[in-house]
Amino acid sequence: MASTVLASGTAADRAPGSLRRYRWWLLLIVLPVLLIAGGKTGLVSDFQFLQLSLMIVYSIAVLGLILLTGFNGQISLGHGAFFAVGAYTAAILIDQHDWPFWATLPAAALACFVAGYLFGLPALRLEGHYLALATFALAVAVPQILKYRHIEPVTKGVMGINVFKSDPPFGLPLSNDQWMFLVVLAIAALMFWIARNLLDSRTGRALIAIRDHPMAAGTMGVNVAHYKTVMFGISALYTGIAGALHGIIFEFVSPDSFRFELSIAILVGAVVGGIASLPGAVIGGIFVQVIEKYADALTKKISAAVQLPLELEPWLIYGIALIALMYAMPTGIAGGLAALWRRLRRL
Amino acid sequence: MEQLIQQVASGLANGAIYASLALALVMIFVSTNHINFAQGEMAMFSAYLAWQLMEWGLNVWLALPLVMALSFAAGVAIERSILRPLHSAPVLAVVVVFIGLLTIFHALAGGIWTHTIKAVPSPFPQVTFPGSAYIGSHQLGMIAITIAVLLALFAFFRFTPLGLAMRAAAQNPASARLAGISVDWMLALGWGLAAAVGAVAGCMVAPAVYLEPNMMASILLYGFAGALVGGISSPGGAVAGGFIVGVLENLIAYLGNVIERATGVYIVGNGEKLTVALVIVIAVLTLKPSGLFGRVTVQRV
Repeated sequence: MASTVLASGTAADRAPGSLRRYRWWLLLIVLPVLLIAGGKTGLVSDFQFLQLSLMIVYSIAVLGLILLTGFNGQISLGHGAFFAVGAYTAAILIDQHDWPFWATLPAAALACFVAGYLFGLPALRLEGHYLALATFALAVAVPQILKYRHIEPVTKGVMGINVFKSDPPFGLPLSNDQWMFLVVLAIAALMFWIARNLLDSRTGRALIAIRDHPMAAGTMGVNVAHYKTVMFGISALYTGIAGALHGIIFEFVSPDSFRFELSIAILVGAVVGGIASLPGAVIGGIFVQVIEKYADALTKKISAAVQLPLELEPWLIYGIALIALMYAMPTGIAGGLAALWRRLRRL
Repeated sequence: MEQLIQQVASGLANGAIYASLALALVMIFVSTNHINFAQGEMAMFSAYLAWQLMEWGLNVWLALPLVMALSFAAGVAIERSILRPLHSAPVLAVVVVFIGLLTIFHALAGGIWTHTIKAVPSPFPQVTFPGSAYIGSHQLGMIAITIAVLLALFAFFRFTPLGLAMRAAAQNPASARLAGISVDWMLALGWGLAAAVGAVAGCMVAPAVYLEPNMMASILLYGFAGALVGGISSPGGAVAGGFIVGVLENLIAYLGNVIERATGVYIVGNGEKLTVALVIVIAVLTLKPSGLFGRVTVQRV
């Protein structure tokens, strides 16, 4: 159980009976209860619940990339592709086979694991820039692949698929968005818990060893090829589940929602949050959704305030954030906060 | 048969664009081992600059060299200011910065010139010539300009002291530095030249496709494919590779068309251009990473 504590604490933290040991789990219960209470009294609107759900969904997607890039050293610029596979798997099963939404998640996970594993095989031979190049090509080609004529009867081509939300079960007195928020939060907690334990295990140490020095890891008896392909599969699985959840709560999938921009957004989330940090994934997910939702209004305000003759685009913020962070905070916001915390403690 | 020749001819014309872009990529790769993901968006931005200058009433043949000069300066400035501190940074940091540049140029172009597509007139006169049934005058002009630029570059690298210094800096930075060459500035100049070559590609392709911020996505992908087919460490190979994938792209679509007419089964067509590029990229990277003309690199442990 000690390994489930998200922040590694001192020995005292882990003493039996200590409340601090369970603080993250406590937070996971108190926070949604407070939010739902807010929702009941009208303080938190359904729209805000949807926004929160989307933040959590992007956190899971970013977590997938962080596991692959931050902890295994494989660069992917094409994770939007796996997001799309997950979303389409869920949408097709719900729309054409009348599956309940929760049953589509394992299916999406499996489909994405297989897709990621298969893409991981050629990726084995590629390193650094070359892998970035191959995944870049994948990201650019995704919408076109989804419109391919022979899969059009299933994917509905450019029209996309409407997914209908199911109402909360057992007559729970919740609105649809509140219910989905709870579902998404529970799944995210599970996914983060699994990731944490994975990294804390023998497998996790092997993955990190491969990142730091593949050849040395191989010499030590780590099966590099096996771990790298499986890791690609697991990473795709995480991002794919995020995609499936996105399709379900957004109620719509179409080829053009999975353009290259999506892959970049996931990358930006990982870099901004902290490329080798699990809490970083949460920060990254929040960042992605906030930019997507509010950057437009923000940039309009800025250009109006300084009276720029041109229209600033939200994308500019992505680009500037990427370059600025690489210089100022290469370990992302999570890494920067951790460093700040260490410095404050030393004072 | 006539259709086949047409397809090959227009493939060569597209190939000229891919070749320029592939060459720009390779010029940066051989000296820094970086793959410039922003090359396509930089070329797109240059094309917009050229369009803007022409809108202001400048003659095409004045606007083009001016834009090349501007792009050169911008390339040098980007290398000196943004990439210089990252020379020994991990690959991920470099890739992320390139993606950042890509999004910045994309957003700037969209913000300044909006996302509505713009038609760009061809700089070449519409004339009939023997063989004009097979190839348009703009396509022919595209090939001619590209080849002229490539020859000029070749002459520059082969016959001028500066070109020699740049080659030395790329091949063996340590020895070049000992011989008194400012390797840093040579890298910056290489970036500038790559940006200028990319600008030519952007300006030449803009009349063929419409001018819009997304116009370079597929072209950049084919530029990558060309560079990889020819061997990403070989400038001559990149040019050859660009022409090869240009022709290949059209032949695959043509073949798909023939198969569909003969058997009624649709396999591949114009709608799968990006997918075809993806397959080429992954196939070359996994089967023959050094490409047709590239050097096989052996890593020292």
